[in-house]
Amino acid sequence: MIDKFVPSIEAALEGIGDGAAIMVGGFGAVGQPNELIDALAARNLRGLTLIANNAGGDFGGMPKLIERGGIAKVICSYPRASRRTAFDELYEAGKIELELVPQGTLAERIRAANAGIPAFFTPTSAGTELAAGKETKRINGRDCVLEYAIEADFALIEAWAADRWGNLTFRRAGRNFNQIMAGAAKVTVASVHRRVELGALDPDRIVTPGIFVDRVVMVSEPMEGEAA
Amino acid sequence: MGDTMMRQGWSRAEMAARVATDIPEGWVVNLGIGLPTQVANHVPVDREVIFHSENGILGMGPAPGEGEEDPFLINAGKQPVTLRPGASIVGQADSFAIIRGRHLDLCVLGGYQVAANGDLANWSVGRKGVAPAVGGAMDLGAGAARVWVLMEHCTREGEPRLVERCTYPLTALGSITRVYTDLAVIDITPEGFVLRDLAPGVTADQVRERTGAPLAVKA
Repeated sequence: MIDKFVPSIEAALEGIGDGAAIMVGGFGAVGQPNELIDALAARNLRGLTLIANNAGGDFGGMPKLIERGGIAKVICSYPRASRRTAFDELYEAGKIELELVPQGTLAERIRAANAGIPAFFTPTSAGTELAAGKETKRINGRDCVLEYAIEADFALIEAWAADRWGNLTFRRAGRNFNQIMAGAAKVTVASVHRRVELGALDPDRIVTPGIFVDRVVMVSEPMEGEAA
Repeated sequence: MGDTMMRQGWSRAEMAARVATDIPEGWVVNLGIGLPTQVANHVPVDREVIFHSENGILGMGPAPGEGEEDPFLINAGKQPVTLRPGASIVGQADSFAIIRGRHLDLCVLGGYQVAANGDLANWSVGRKGVAPAVGGAMDLGAGAARVWVLMEHCTREGEPRLVERCTYPLTALGSITRVYTDLAVIDITPEGFVLRDLAPGVTADQVRERTGAPLAVKA
């Protein structure tokens, strides 16, 4: 019997060690796998690379993770928050490396990793500082920048409902980076709010098929009599 | 004199409303964070315009009433929003396929500087040691069918934001076709800035004085 559910957050994070490259889903506070991030922060690992849209954000578990000083490098599009964060302090002190990537390029580099495409050309950022040092080629009359797929060891994502095969649905704008990060790393871990029986999810409505998911962990219990 | 003229120009709400008058029914539009987000408040409900938010929403509606926020529904500025009937949700790759693939009729962005050749600078003032943030600005700047900028005509120090060439780091090259400011609406053509409309009580000469590149007035 295939059962991707693991009994605990600790089991879900099994195998993450120093120096790992970790994708974390979410846009702002929505779709962040907060329980997984909190447990990761508690492990006090060193030399991690964090791939997330808002790695400097002031919401969810991310600030705690960054405060611990275990993140050597951040790959993200928007490390700014409405107030000063631990990221700003570490960045200004030269203690954290930042690879700033336009949001759509970040999404496509993650998608490419999942899709087996090692690199691609995009018009985004052509002629700007963010294209400095990158190969640029004129394609159909437009300058395009060569961008590489992002390799990662773990993807930590949040979904809404899952069955034991790891088929996932998402809720509203919580889909964001979670859908594309599923399958983009060597190990994908999904934290979910609802567990449903195999066959209960309409195949037409499954957003991420279980083939892209390795481990699933429940982070909240379903309410009485509630549908997924 | 400067202060008098500022009071003669459009307020920030009026600037947003001025943009809204130029958005026809049927367009799919992305609004940047900050002032551009307010443009949606001035599009009449009976004019069907589809708003896209880069975190993955097509058909975004206005802010919810107090206590009616859905924790899973925010816009690109991370404020709570609603969905209109007909709305759909997409993931990040599809959301930026919409942007990069020229599927948006319009994107309205904020700006630090816009140049007479259509270049935009709006993501960094190039301060050393301060972490830069870009978000989706470069994708939007390169990808939407039209990119308009909504910004104050001058900086707080009175320096023109409409310039011959941007001095701040560029967001996108040659893609801006129109700028809405507190003083005027200005088109960007192969010949440079062309005055399209003036705020009430503002003269073309006053706008020209505050613009850092030649400004043509259509006959």
